[in-house]
Amino acid sequence: MSNFTKGLRDGIPIALGYLSVSFTFGIQCVAVGLSWWQAFLISLCNLTSAGQFAGLGIMTSGAGAYIEMVSTQFIINLRYALMGLSLSQKVDGSVKGIHRWFTGFGITDEIFAVAMGSTDKVSNRYLYGLIILPVIGWSGGTVLGAAAGSVLPEVVRSALCIAIYGMFLAIIIPPAKKSSAVLRVILTAAALSCCFRYIPGMNKISGGFAIIISTVAAAGLGALLFPVDEGEQREAQA
Amino acid sequence: MSSGVFFTYLALMAGVTYLIRAVPFVLCKGRIKSKYIRDFLYYVPMAVLGAMTFPEIIYSTGNFPSAIAGLAVGGVLAFFEKSLLTVAISASGAALAVNLGMMMFK
Repeated sequence: MSNFTKGLRDGIPIALGYLSVSFTFGIQCVAVGLSWWQAFLISLCNLTSAGQFAGLGIMTSGAGAYIEMVSTQFIINLRYALMGLSLSQKVDGSVKGIHRWFTGFGITDEIFAVAMGSTDKVSNRYLYGLIILPVIGWSGGTVLGAAAGSVLPEVVRSALCIAIYGMFLAIIIPPAKKSSAVLRVILTAAALSCCFRYIPGMNKISGGFAIIISTVAAAGLGALLFPVDEGEQREAQA
Repeated sequence: MSSGVFFTYLALMAGVTYLIRAVPFVLCKGRIKSKYIRDFLYYVPMAVLGAMTFPEIIYSTGNFPSAIAGLAVGGVLAFFEKSLLTVAISASGAALAVNLGMMMFK
């Protein structure tokens, strides 16, 4: 089997998962007044879950929140910078020059995790194969969701909106079980985020900035109070 | 929203998201020196998802009973390390079941 075919095969489960979550993104886009092609372009150009859901909220708050958009995307997607650094240690000599600029587009939580899980170093053909189906699944699912959004009954649409948060739970709970430091960082971030919602005065801060401040404070405190054991860190990223 | 505003937002979103992925991947040949920065980056994904999920998840479905049901089912399945897809769909299914139940007994 060629590297490209192997990548394609490894990308199938990721693509299926993306199809369902991006479906709810498409539904939400039409619910806030975007058209299907706008939803499609957002998914095709961004290829990310948390950032898109947060970005959609900022877009619908009206024109002019450009600094908030940039800083929100920066913080929410900062994890990709870390993944890019890790992945740069995992690729073979074929992933150089222009190929880095192309394959860098496909760094997502799941694609990163699968690429890092490979026993050998990964080639550019493998990465292209791995990335292509998830991109199709993510943008295609968005279009399907946008189309279905106007057909599906409200009772189904509203229930689907919790899917993205279900996915987040599936990402954060397993590592929180294994590490009390991770658990405390998550609880701190969640508690701060609740403060920004409920405490008078603090709730004047818009959603995007509330997430940034909660994240930076919780991760900053975590790094200060619970230095990471490097062996554990490598294992968690594998 | 005018299309000018839409495309401005789209360009900012996609530009930041792309650069933050590609630039470190393209430039990095070695390892980040600062232990504090490495640890900070290690905690960022968990912190950002924690802040995004709470309290927003309990408002996500438009009514509390269905959201609480989705949170409970999703939380339990995530605790038993089921796949992302399983957890996401089951949370939606639980919320849908409560929504339908509420319609029936209203």
